[in-house]
Amino acid sequence: MTATRTPSDPAAGRTVRRRGDRVFAGSAKGAGILILVILAGVAAFLVAEALPAVTAPGEDIPGGEGLGAYIGPLLFGTLLAAVIALLVATPLAVAIALFIAYYAPRRLAQGLGYVVDLLAAIPSIVYGFWGIYWLAPRLVPFYEWLERNLGFVPFFAGPTSATGRTMLTAGLVLAVMILPIISAISREVFLQVPALHREAALALGATRWEMIRMAVLPYGRSGVIGGAMLGLGRALGETMAIALVLSVSGGITVNLISSGNPSTIAANVALEFPESSGVDVNTLIASGLALFVITFAVNMLARWIVNRRADFSGAN
Amino acid sequence: MAKRIDVSDLNIYYGNFLAVENVTVSIEPRSITALIGPSGCGKSTFLRSLNRMHEVIPGARVEGKVVMDGQDLYAPDVDPVDVRQHIGMVFQRPNPFPTMSIYDNVAAGIRLNNKKMKRADLDTLVERSLRGANLWNEVKDRLDRPGAGLSGGQQQRLCIARAIAIEPDVLLMDEPCSALDPISTLAIEDLMTELKERFTIVIVTHNMQQAARVSEQTGFFNLSGVGQPGRLIEFNSTEKIFSNPDEKATEDYISGRFG
Repeated sequence: MTATRTPSDPAAGRTVRRRGDRVFAGSAKGAGILILVILAGVAAFLVAEALPAVTAPGEDIPGGEGLGAYIGPLLFGTLLAAVIALLVATPLAVAIALFIAYYAPRRLAQGLGYVVDLLAAIPSIVYGFWGIYWLAPRLVPFYEWLERNLGFVPFFAGPTSATGRTMLTAGLVLAVMILPIISAISREVFLQVPALHREAALALGATRWEMIRMAVLPYGRSGVIGGAMLGLGRALGETMAIALVLSVSGGITVNLISSGNPSTIAANVALEFPESSGVDVNTLIASGLALFVITFAVNMLARWIVNRRADFSGAN
Repeated sequence: MAKRIDVSDLNIYYGNFLAVENVTVSIEPRSITALIGPSGCGKSTFLRSLNRMHEVIPGARVEGKVVMDGQDLYAPDVDPVDVRQHIGMVFQRPNPFPTMSIYDNVAAGIRLNNKKMKRADLDTLVERSLRGANLWNEVKDRLDRPGAGLSGGQQQRLCIARAIAIEPDVLLMDEPCSALDPISTLAIEDLMTELKERFTIVIVTHNMQQAARVSEQTGFFNLSGVGQPGRLIEFNSTEKIFSNPDEKATEDYISGRFG
């Protein structure tokens, strides 16, 4: 045994590799390359199909004022609805995850976890119907109250939509839709906080809430951001629920409770595509390209936020 | 500051399982009390019952009394959170908060109890705690760096600094050197000898030489078999335990015949 060299000995030159290792490394690499190829293919398709709309004269674009004027309000609507959804859903999802992970009795926690996961399995068009027929009418009195009491805030300037099919309603429906993914991921990272760190906090005389603030939330922070980004991705790309709920007319406005709202990119594509031909189709695809770029940018931003304090992430 | 602890007829349960049976012992202030014994004999469980840390495991409970300077720690009106503020703990593996800087790790406990402390006062306390843990000179230039970037021995001293920053009466140490190399171990042992001037220290250790080196009193825990509760077999001065113990089992254990 003393004379033989171990396979990993660098002095042995070429290392011996088992066939199983090679097969596994190859298939893993193949899968990694495949996802890049698919992404590149989609991007190439979007660029190629969007190009005619970019080069077309402004009056040929629907609306007649050029591509920017067409996509701008859509982009604004998309981001506004997604941001509302994220602002509402993230704190709620984190609270649900904390309750399941650290407060609820074990049996209740399991049941609640299943129920939250089930929310993710409901088709988005069902959320759309729920938004139109159940949620929107019930929100009208609330919107009226907002207009009366907080009307000086531009968000609630009114006039209140009589149907309740407003940007705020759309954002709330989206919030319910992205709640399961954010809370499921948050729950998993909260449960993975090592007992060692939790006990360190408790041994200093921390209450359970202080323990969560000292040890659990900072440790789970990057996971929560990751979950929120997945939720945001779903909110940005959501089509049917928005197409059903949102009453669309007009351009950019921050008024959240009136009936004049900008549409979102995905909902607009779904509604306009059947009626479109020629450059109109290229325009819709160009709006899709814009969404693609935005999603990319948002993900890069999230990465940057997470990596900014990588030294303190607990991964080392 | 340092206080004595009197434990009488303590039974510790996990659910219906009796883990430690009938411990009666007095822990002297300003001294180091070592607890030795084979794995699974309940010495860590006993240690954690002294600051009610074992209660983080669902179903854990005790019968009997743990009295610190006249106050029963298990009286119905006593909040375990208060108990832990007065009885600090250092764990087997160094566990600085990975998301906090060295400074914030030491300040963590202070900030829990005294939220409005001025920055300058906090600086002073952090420095005093780090000096108390013999770590100041090694970290004073990188207080804003993550605590997880230190070596294992430094991390453990950081945890000691964090524990002594809130000026507890008693310091419990659960095998504090078992994950450390001999030089770091020596540094921690020297530190313990300094700290016993100010604190009552109870240490669980698998290292009998360590118990012999640092402690004044030693308790030997053992269990008669798997599934049986652990018991305190003998509690005596360290000198007597390691030279002429009263119990045969103690002698067998320290002379390496089992365990």
